[in-house]
Amino acid sequence: MSDDRKLTYAQAFNEAVSQMMEADPDVFCAGEDIGAFGGVFGTFAGLQAKFGEKRVVDTPISEQAIVGLGVGASVTGLRPIVDLMFMDFICVAFDQIVNQAAKLKYMFGGDATLPMTITTAGGGGLSAAAQHSQSLEALLCHIPGLKVVMPSNPYDMKGLMISCIKENNPTVMIKHKRLLGMSAPVPTEAYGIPLGKGNIIRPGKDVTIVAYARMANEAIIAAKELAEEGIDCEIIDPRTLQPLDTDLIVDSAKKTNRVVVAQEAVRFGGLGAEIASQIQELAFDYLDAPVSRIGAPFSPVPFSPALESHYIPDAKSIVKGVRDVMARR
Amino acid sequence: MDFSSAKQFDLHRRMVRIRLFEEAAGRLAESNKLPGFLHLYVGEEAVASGVCGALNDDDHITSTHRGHGHLVAKGGDFNRMMAELMGKSTGYCKGKGGSMHISDTSLGMLGANGIVGAGSPIAVGAAFANKYRGKGQVAVAFFGDGSTNIGAFHEAANMACALHLPIVFACENNEYGEFTPRDKTMAITDVVDRAAGYGMPGVIVDGMDVIAVHEAAVEAVERARQGGGPSMIEAKTYRFYNHHGVQNLGLKYRSDEEVAIWKQRDPIFTFEDRMIENGVATRANFDDIWAELRADIETAIQFAEDSPYPTPDQIMVNVYTSMTGAN
Repeated sequence: MSDDRKLTYAQAFNEAVSQMMEADPDVFCAGEDIGAFGGVFGTFAGLQAKFGEKRVVDTPISEQAIVGLGVGASVTGLRPIVDLMFMDFICVAFDQIVNQAAKLKYMFGGDATLPMTITTAGGGGLSAAAQHSQSLEALLCHIPGLKVVMPSNPYDMKGLMISCIKENNPTVMIKHKRLLGMSAPVPTEAYGIPLGKGNIIRPGKDVTIVAYARMANEAIIAAKELAEEGIDCEIIDPRTLQPLDTDLIVDSAKKTNRVVVAQEAVRFGGLGAEIASQIQELAFDYLDAPVSRIGAPFSPVPFSPALESHYIPDAKSIVKGVRDVMARR
Repeated sequence: MDFSSAKQFDLHRRMVRIRLFEEAAGRLAESNKLPGFLHLYVGEEAVASGVCGALNDDDHITSTHRGHGHLVAKGGDFNRMMAELMGKSTGYCKGKGGSMHISDTSLGMLGANGIVGAGSPIAVGAAFANKYRGKGQVAVAFFGDGSTNIGAFHEAANMACALHLPIVFACENNEYGEFTPRDKTMAITDVVDRAAGYGMPGVIVDGMDVIAVHEAAVEAVERARQGGGPSMIEAKTYRFYNHHGVQNLGLKYRSDEEVAIWKQRDPIFTFEDRMIENGVATRANFDDIWAELRADIETAIQFAEDSPYPTPDQIMVNVYTSMTGAN
């Protein structure tokens, strides 16, 4: 099989699930509309036809019970993939995610293993308004016991999803809705990308841009424009946000001495704040400028395209952020 | 149903084990030897015992904040339970969980739970896994009357029925949600009225009568095991002590007269009288059983007191299956 075979981000997710279901009979999927319909974003398309209703289960619209199904089934030996249609709906299921899934192992003194993956779709850009567009990853990263993954491209999606399914801890796989149609070469074989290992998307020497999910792609666009100005950007995609590849980020900061962190989420209290703090603790003497954070304003996600296009950070905001950081002497 | 004398002694023993464990825990709490909250199961012993007496070792249960009785009834080890209540490293949870998270997954006991209503969705997951494996295991969700007012319970009951899972919803209706009487928090008298709304059968049993509970449990568990789907048992029962702690009389939200009436129906003493009356047992039999189990409790207290506390280097252990998540 040619290495040039292309899959979309959505197809890469689907292939990861399919290959893991073939490999392990204990893997099953449950969620709203994922059966015959294939999920509202088509990410589960064809899986019920292939694996049957026993292993690809349409559930009621009951997010607490969906996650509870994953908790109970995983602690008794299965390997569930439970889907929450939109990331905003984690709020409906938060007790089962935060107080149950994340803590059972610890509270039981180690006498529990929860190899479950919660999949969901985050991010804005579809005029889906304030309850269907959020980037709530920071809430999840704050909870000991969870692992949190946000891929930025089809290759990473497949490798990270396979690792999530194989992982023996509860993981949350956050698909970005605006990346679902992104197409790129994806190997046919089942491969894993280790959780907690970031990726240098573009090496550079002048400034580090730390960006994940859709923002990593915006950073690539920004880096091209900045290269024309003679600014050589290094782009780091952490890929996994919990555990975070702090070493990779700090090493890059020590090399370039300037860092911009870009996130789609509201800036205040976000991952960017944590990353900036880690850098100043571990590489303070190397910095030529304060670590800069790009993020959304402190408001709910607005509906109108006229507002949302200004609300969500993009390549332009990253370019501006880098220029500001480069201007510091 | 007629139950053998061996089964009757088995159910009795489960109840006495719970009573003795809880009374001992209460005494220890009074002398400030137990950290944290304590929700005693005394008075409700017939429910956990009657239900767990109908289960196999590889069946699963989820529990509540009032969970010691469920673990004892499923076969929990006194030593490890008492050590956990004291926060010792030899406890069931190595001192990480305490009273409200006591568990033994090897006995299928998937944890007491500090969040009201949260156990039922987990029981649904266990029931799903049991159906998926097809080995005839069932799951039981123990829950209180108060937890049927929270959304998680409703989602769990509906999903269990929609997916036709092998599960029994075992309601311990003790007439109070914490410190508020049931009639102030729901407009129905019988929780089991809710079962029909999900499409499952439900029965009311006298929760102070271990044989009545056991009979209903045998039928419900067998239905689940044979693929007949979920059902609900509502056991009318009463906790002799306060919502938490060891006070039982002089409480603002219930009368001492009410407590006295329920105590006359003590599930253990009334059952002993019946067993003697029916010629199944003698008072001497019971004296021996109580003495034997009292000795077990004394051993457990000694074990727990002699056990070391966990060391601070254990704080970060078991957050994850490996330690890769820490940073």
